[in-house]
Amino acid sequence: MTGLTAAQPGMRVLQRNLWVYRRTWRGSIFTSFLTPVLFLLAMGLGLGALVNQGAGAGGFGGVTYLAFLAPGLMAGSAMQTAAFESSFPIMARIQWRRNYEAMLATPLRVRDLLVGELGYIGFRLLTTAGVFFLVMLAFGVVRSPLAPLSVPAAVLTGYAFSPLIVAFSATQKGDTTGFNMLFRFVIMPLYLFSGSFFPIEQLPGALQALAWLTPLYNGVALTRGLVLGTAEPLTAMAHTAVLVAYAGLGLALARRNLGRRMVG
Amino acid sequence: MAAVPFAPVSHPSAASLISARGLTKRFGDFTAVDAIDFDVAPGESFGFLGPNGAGKTSTMRMIGCVSPISGGTLRVLGLDPAADGRRIRAQLGVVPQQDNLDTELTVRENLLIYARYFEIGGPDARRRADELLEFVQLADRAESEVEPLSGGLKRRLTIARALINDPTLILLDEPTTGLDPQARHLLWERLYQLKRRGATLVLTTHYMDEAEQLCDRLVVMDQAKIVAEGSPRELIERHVTREVLELRLPADDQAPLDGRFDGLEPLVERVEQRPDRVLLYTSDGEAAVERIHERGVRPESALIRRASLEDVFLRLTGRTLVD
Repeated sequence: MTGLTAAQPGMRVLQRNLWVYRRTWRGSIFTSFLTPVLFLLAMGLGLGALVNQGAGAGGFGGVTYLAFLAPGLMAGSAMQTAAFESSFPIMARIQWRRNYEAMLATPLRVRDLLVGELGYIGFRLLTTAGVFFLVMLAFGVVRSPLAPLSVPAAVLTGYAFSPLIVAFSATQKGDTTGFNMLFRFVIMPLYLFSGSFFPIEQLPGALQALAWLTPLYNGVALTRGLVLGTAEPLTAMAHTAVLVAYAGLGLALARRNLGRRMVG
Repeated sequence: MAAVPFAPVSHPSAASLISARGLTKRFGDFTAVDAIDFDVAPGESFGFLGPNGAGKTSTMRMIGCVSPISGGTLRVLGLDPAADGRRIRAQLGVVPQQDNLDTELTVRENLLIYARYFEIGGPDARRRADELLEFVQLADRAESEVEPLSGGLKRRLTIARALINDPTLILLDEPTTGLDPQARHLLWERLYQLKRRGATLVLTTHYMDEAEQLCDRLVVMDQAKIVAEGSPRELIERHVTREVLELRLPADDQAPLDGRFDGLEPLVERVEQRPDRVLLYTSDGEAAVERIHERGVRPESALIRRASLEDVFLRLTGRTLVD
């Protein structure tokens, strides 16, 4: 019987997104690849020259500001990519373009949609982080044989956000107010204050404790430890566990919310 | 309103493609579908006729296994939607009320990716897509984007997409709503072709002409309930007369009917006053015209027409289908 033999029907949803991406990938180059690299140049080299004279390398664990910043940006842009891909496009497929309605009239189920979407977001995270890793190699900031593991670490950082934001998107009623709030009051502050640009030790005590709980801080710390070779195994595992917990929580909520939204 | 009698539906039969008993859908306190019974046999064109909000779409969504039932029993292709949704959907073709084509893909890609959702791939999918593009007369637009297509062309593509898995049962929710007359007729013609090939069609509509064109049998729904069931002809014979005489009275003569149309039985069975016209239900329109002329009634216009499902609906519910 048609439609029932696939081991993983969600791959069809991934395939659909890749067909679309085949046509739109040029547009994503700027946001996904060039923007983080421009940040790296402007801040890492431009601002970094001043920072290195002032605080000196001591403030950044014995490395240049560029080397400190680069893995932080890698994790930060993974969050940005995940947040974007999990918000507007998902809303579009729920309501604006109604793709999910069309998919759910086939053997596909809500869980298959999630598998496909998260698979596609994984592809976007992997390519973005992969290219960024090559840029870091070119800038000579990679200091550890474990550094290639920063790519999966960045992907995991994205996954700590993606399902949670998909779950949020499934509750939105079709206007962009909720997303604007999400980006202004959650994603942007996290991007700025989770240790990508400066060590969170610079934050007041209460905010520091808050930062430890955020997925992005854990993602930045993990990624940076792997790139610079400063990762302690136990701390690295703790960071990984926090990220996995957020991803797991998000997955459960995404499945519940998207189910409620699409099947009623 | 008195319950309208109609032949009791027979017991569920194994041969039915769809069988519903006491089928109910509730959303919180609101009952969208209230304990309805119906059966759809293989090869049949079955319609749900009713105004917006009658419960047609909720019923279709339950049949399509995307909306769990709140009560009663439902079997589709002999299976239980709650347990076998995927297996059922693998054999359904669904044309939704609102187009949900993939606007980020081309016309042909829409069919190819939909084939993939059914695990049909490669040469099979391409052959099937080409056949269907021919069938809905869209072959020359295969590489076009979806967005610039007219409403009628999008609808045809949606129907082609619904046929990609060679479905046993085709569900069409308001298939021609919002289309211009020409596009509607072309669509009806295509659906008629499908019917002739033996497809089983289940459709909802609030257009009586659509129901008359396409349905072998239909149920009239109103306020979540089925109020009548039969073939279009049966329903008309059972509930209204053969002909209807429509009279438009001059604008200064909209006074109460003051008995002008009384006592015309048995020639005129019933008189219905609408805001803009008077309807006389009669077995013989010509004779009825003569009789009212004899009485000195001078309408602006008098139209004799065949009674339609619209009249059935008006008779059963006191309201019109499309207002």
